[in-house]
Amino acid sequence: MRYAPLVACRDCDLLHQETPLRAGAAAHCNRCGTELYRQRADSLDRSLACALAAGVFFVVANTFPIVRLQIQTEQTQSTLFGAVHALAAQGMWFVAGLIFVTTILVPAAQIAAISYLLLPLRLGHAPRSLHLAFRLLQSTRPWGMIDVFMLGVLVSLVKLSHMASVVPGIALWSFTGLMLLLAATIAAFDPRAFWISVEARR
Amino acid sequence: MNPHGAAAASVGLWACNLCKLVSKSPSQSSAAHCPRCGARIHAREPYAVARTWALLITAATLYVPANVLPVMETNSLFGFQKDTILSGVVYLWTSGSRTLSLLVFIASITVPLLKLTSLAFLLASVQFRSTWRPDQRARLYRIVEFIGRWSMLDIYVGAVLVALVHFQGVATIVAGPGATAFGAVVVLTMLAAMSFDPRLIWDHAEIARVG
Repeated sequence: MRYAPLVACRDCDLLHQETPLRAGAAAHCNRCGTELYRQRADSLDRSLACALAAGVFFVVANTFPIVRLQIQTEQTQSTLFGAVHALAAQGMWFVAGLIFVTTILVPAAQIAAISYLLLPLRLGHAPRSLHLAFRLLQSTRPWGMIDVFMLGVLVSLVKLSHMASVVPGIALWSFTGLMLLLAATIAAFDPRAFWISVEARR
Repeated sequence: MNPHGAAAASVGLWACNLCKLVSKSPSQSSAAHCPRCGARIHAREPYAVARTWALLITAATLYVPANVLPVMETNSLFGFQKDTILSGVVYLWTSGSRTLSLLVFIASITVPLLKLTSLAFLLASVQFRSTWRPDQRARLYRIVEFIGRWSMLDIYVGAVLVALVHFQGVATIVAGPGATAFGAVVVLTMLAAMSFDPRLIWDHAEIARVG
């Protein structure tokens, strides 16, 4: 199936004719200035590479404790899931659920969706039920909040450093890597390039 | 191309929000599925104004307990202490971390207020079919949409503190009911920003221009 090369601005609905751009350039709406699309170099390959690396960081970040806290001889430590569990144990189900969804479930789903969509394409065939995975990926975008979480960890560590000694754990560094890789994965993924590639495989 | 071209919907074309495909709208129905990715598409989000108002009013109501109720309860050798969002900001300021204090103040107090007032303003302007500076209103919407998620900051700060500070007899921190209300405010204002349809801002401006 061929589609007319038309783009409508997502913010004001103004119709534009799609024109080819050089790599790295972006097209903006004539009326409201919103970015219409961006020509990304190797969009899908870069997105897949970052997603696979992010997957490794995700596992490490969620396996090891983020920080260790020490007051004299006593010490505590916690993973991200440990924090979710601690909140749930206090009856704060909503907050625990919110943290679980935004920092564990959505990032995991995004990494899985990108890998599921792009790995088969890279190997030369279109994945099955790709519509579902594509919609999942696009509609969960605003709900992945690893970057906000990292800033939250930073603020809480500063607060804690007044009362105890804070020892950063492996997961703290892994989360930093995960945050950067996930942002790169999402930024590199160009839905236009994806559908062009899918059409070409059919 | 001239900036006074046609809106897609005005020439019978609907754009998909998820895959960006522009396709012919069905002649009868007010909703359809995108022929490429299968997402639901409409000319404009149905009931965008009513739905956004509902979410916004709920969020504004919960904004009160979110700021009045404690988000954190600290039990230490120095006594029992309840902290609201504002007192947490004050604590950071007085303990010398002024940059972080400012950051938390912006993320947890300024941003939610800005979101509530901006969305109310945008909704009212669309309801009264305002034609005032659509470019500025569109920019305001983009800012609201972009900064929304950063209000989650305080929720994460609280979660880390609760997870780490449980030293028996020395200090323990538990989350307070304010945290639930605050989390709900963040989610509701994000949903409100998503359900608002910025294309409505331009529709009225365009009708007024063409006459």
